[in-house]
Amino acid sequence: MTNKEFKRPDGRKIDEIRPMSAKVGVVPNADGSAIFKFGETIAIAAVYGPRKMHPQHSQNPEKGTLRCNYNMISFSVTDRIRPGPSRRSTEISKITEWALEPVVMLEKYANMVVDVHINILQANASTRCAGINAAAMALAHAGIPMKDMVSSVSIGKLDKQLVVDVNKYEEDWEEGEGATDIPISLTSNEEITHFQLDGKITKEELKKALKLAKKARKEIYEVQKKALKELPGVEK
Amino acid sequence: MIETSNLTGERIKKYFQEDKRFDGRKLDEFRNIEIETGISQNAEGSARVKIGKTEVLVGIKMNVGEPYPDSPDKGNLMVTAELLPLSSPRFENGPPKFPTIELGRVIDRGIRESKFIEFEKLCIKKGEKVWTLFIDIYSINDDGNLLDAAGIGAIAALKNARIPKYNEKEEKIIYEEKTNTKLPLKKEIPIAITLHKIGKSIIVDPTRQEEDLSEARVTIGSSNGIISSLQKGSEKSLTTEEFYKILDLNEKIERDVFKKIEKFLK
Repeated sequence: MTNKEFKRPDGRKIDEIRPMSAKVGVVPNADGSAIFKFGETIAIAAVYGPRKMHPQHSQNPEKGTLRCNYNMISFSVTDRIRPGPSRRSTEISKITEWALEPVVMLEKYANMVVDVHINILQANASTRCAGINAAAMALAHAGIPMKDMVSSVSIGKLDKQLVVDVNKYEEDWEEGEGATDIPISLTSNEEITHFQLDGKITKEELKKALKLAKKARKEIYEVQKKALKELPGVEK
Repeated sequence: MIETSNLTGERIKKYFQEDKRFDGRKLDEFRNIEIETGISQNAEGSARVKIGKTEVLVGIKMNVGEPYPDSPDKGNLMVTAELLPLSSPRFENGPPKFPTIELGRVIDRGIRESKFIEFEKLCIKKGEKVWTLFIDIYSINDDGNLLDAAGIGAIAALKNARIPKYNEKEEKIIYEEKTNTKLPLKKEIPIAITLHKIGKSIIVDPTRQEEDLSEARVTIGSSNGIISSLQKGSEKSLTTEEFYKILDLNEKIERDVFKKIEKFLK
């Protein structure tokens, strides 16, 4: 299965993530913010809150609400996207909420809302994963109590070959069985908070995909952790 | 971030009367301006502008479409702004509200009326095919004066833009193939500057805190002292003297701002 001969179009090893970088505190107005890059895919996230939920009928008296909003800026892709929400962005927003909610301790914030705004500044595939990584960091930066970190990566299957962190070129793979895109988000405890799949894959291959994601998670987590520790004013 | 309180507001106004500001600037002095161009791989042109803590991103996308019936041999321009909820606790999701629409329209007119873009050179086939230019403005952090930041960003992004390759036979744009063809732009750079009346003072480049106190504002698009667009905003009126003062100030400030941004636009 792990074919050593397989050559990725950009020369990466099959389990090699594109160069990552991350930084927190990029939006001075926000309570917490972060930028996360997978190569040319750039996501920025800002957290506002916890603050009172409006309108009142949306308030949950038992615990706070995590509200995520994913948005691609119009010139993040080659074919301009019409500004404003789309069906796709609405779904990804919800997926992002689900990916993060298991680790965010909202019990103390009854009737409140924590807003997470994610914007994709530049897209070269894996935007939702970059967005989730940035969002998790922004939440931590905002000081929202969290049980754990969340890290996200997309595993791809190009024809029969599993690869880590697909780029746009790989996402559009047409040879053989084509491309299968599997974005996965994991906590540091390796609990799965988000899993999606588009394509065609066997059960065995899928298990291997999860294994690859777990390995990639460790590397992503290190980048997130390092950026949070480099926060200005925090002693190392 | 709540609105500036009355107490703080009074103090700010008192400072203005002594020609002072909280951050040590003069009333007619801009904050530091930083411009970075070519920040987006998938846009035809792009710029990041920071004025103090205020930050905007501007991108240019191009498309081939039909010309408007009243200008069959001219390219089209569309300016859209989004005040991202990411950039301020005051901005919310949902359909664009007035400030967002006004921002796009004021920048649109500033550029259009200055004749900075030579639209007749963006015609591919008269009456059938012309280039459409999209200027998209996104706020990343709002610490006041998004308007001027957006205007400067639009100019910087236009200067940075390269027309993508167009296959006329297949009627397809090949975005990936970057060319070296710049947009047809005039040499004179139009600069939009917004002046605010607060109490008895006229100030420029307000911080968020100061902008809250603005009673009336005038945005002037000009190039070398020649005014090509002007818009007064907000509820309060201006006296003739105040208006003259604004026009005089604008001349000086246009030169100041040009000096600050010139080096980034080469």
